[in-house]
Amino acid sequence: MFSYIVRRLTVAVPTILILIAISFVLMWSAPGNPFMGEKAPPPEVLANLEAKYGLDQPYWKQMLDYMTNVVFHFDFGPSFKYKDRTVNDIIAQGFPVTLTYGFWSFVVAVVFGIGLGIIAAIRHNTWLDYLAVGFAIGSQSIPNYVMAPILVLIFTLWLGWLPGGGWEGGTWDHLIMPVIALSTSYFASIARITRSSMLEVLNSGFIRTARAKGLPSGRVIFGHALKPALLPVLSYLGPAFVGMITGSVIIDQYFSTGGIGQFFVNSAFNRDYSVMMGITILVGSLTIIFNLLVDILYAWIDPKIRY
Amino acid sequence: MYPDKAKMESLVEATELAEVRGRSLWSDARARFIRNKAAVGGLIILILILAFSLFGQVFQAWSNEAIDWKLVGRVTQIGGPSFENGHYFGADDLGRDLYARVVQGTGISIMVGVVGSLVAVIVGTLYGATAGYFGGRLDNIMMRTVDVLMSIPFMFVLILMLVIWGRSITMLFVGIGLISWLDMARIVRGQTLSIKNKEFVETAVAIGVRPFTIILRHIVPNLLGIVVVYATLLIPGLIMAESFISFLGLGVQEPMTSLGALIQGGSKQMLYGAWWQIAFPLFFFLATLFAFTFVGDGLRDALDPKDR
Repeated sequence: MFSYIVRRLTVAVPTILILIAISFVLMWSAPGNPFMGEKAPPPEVLANLEAKYGLDQPYWKQMLDYMTNVVFHFDFGPSFKYKDRTVNDIIAQGFPVTLTYGFWSFVVAVVFGIGLGIIAAIRHNTWLDYLAVGFAIGSQSIPNYVMAPILVLIFTLWLGWLPGGGWEGGTWDHLIMPVIALSTSYFASIARITRSSMLEVLNSGFIRTARAKGLPSGRVIFGHALKPALLPVLSYLGPAFVGMITGSVIIDQYFSTGGIGQFFVNSAFNRDYSVMMGITILVGSLTIIFNLLVDILYAWIDPKIRY
Repeated sequence: MYPDKAKMESLVEATELAEVRGRSLWSDARARFIRNKAAVGGLIILILILAFSLFGQVFQAWSNEAIDWKLVGRVTQIGGPSFENGHYFGADDLGRDLYARVVQGTGISIMVGVVGSLVAVIVGTLYGATAGYFGGRLDNIMMRTVDVLMSIPFMFVLILMLVIWGRSITMLFVGIGLISWLDMARIVRGQTLSIKNKEFVETAVAIGVRPFTIILRHIVPNLLGIVVVYATLLIPGLIMAESFISFLGLGVQEPMTSLGALIQGGSKQMLYGAWWQIAFPLFFFLATLFAFTFVGDGLRDALDPKDR
């Protein structure tokens, strides 16, 4: 097990470094100068500005400095547009918001998805099963940028129950629509995966044995069938995480929740490269670490994996 | 003694009849596909949507850039769908004809999906087949590269690229093409590993065919089934990726449009009561996604008989 973790780490760490390098090369290849506004500043000012941001150094040195700062000090440098703010400030402001509704969306998708999947599998070929499958197929293919406007139309305009956007420190009524919009399609996917793998497990020999022993059906399902049935779900959690963190950009943009997605899009319009790079690297590293954890968990649970 | 001529002819006829037309794997697959109602339905819808995006402009009364000044400022009240003023799908918030814009947007969205998928087919197939065929260290390096690229959150990098090198539809094609081939390469490599040990490849090696000729002549044609299935199933994903970026306003730029950009515009105006601005783009968006998914699933069932 230990050597498996070490081996996975030897892939994950270089991947993060490559991600940082790619973002840096992308920014480095950007045409023009970040300080060129409507009016070009005088050459002396420009030279001072470049010295301040370290842009007068050779590229390899800039890249090395940037990487050292990011890796060892977790410092993404200053924003190019907001003189008094660093990228770290922006992340510190937006990230807790994203994390809050992202966490709840993940919980909702996993808990309700697995729950619905199990119910559909137990009540296989009944109206409950058909309802669950129909609902899952329908909502799986509705992307969050379609879900969000529909929710606002229903809950804000027609029913007037929930505010149409904003964050206000994350009170539950500001949380509820972002969470639904972000989690629905993943909830549906998880329900479908759970259902099909549960059905497969319920038809296998050891479940028949457990039933034949006369175990109550609750023990059969939760004691014997659940663990092997959840393995495919576990391997879906990685892509689901990536999808949700990408979807948070839409959520932030549509509901004005003020998470990192909103800063990302704003800096995309402002060409604030350092903020975009910082957020890309942060999100990428999180994704890589999350996938690493899922893989380790999978290897730990699945007896078939030899490491 | 010569045989009776009439009997001889009937014998020839009989042997000719006995020779039943051979059933190739492809015709079997076609028969399976035609039996699948959802897949055929998806295909019909897909053909209709394609026809709409290609020939829809024949029927448009307004160009997609022209502004109907009679509607400006009062779109929510009088800009709804109507045959009298030629706005079959209504007008958008600037007074432009929504029908013309939906025709154009559908075309662009499908084009992004198809072009991205073609890139995946060409690059992914060659890359995966090369890695799988040669194996060993080359395979290891090539597939590790794919692993590394796959763990990068491509949507963020794609937006970064679009911002740095300019927001244009060409850049969108390049960006979506860059990421779309990764999955394809993995799938193709897996298939190649099992094909390369077959007798016909061994024979080709034995008579001295060069490796790349073997890949192109003997391996790639045998991968065609899975490549076609995966390419079809990839298209809806790419359309969604494009819509995602266009929804943020970073993708296709005005006066061009795509379904994602139209949905974004509609989702704002919907709140003021202009329901048609989201209903029509959304309808075409979902119909396209469903059609491609059904056709892809049908192709998979038809071409991959073991997986049923």
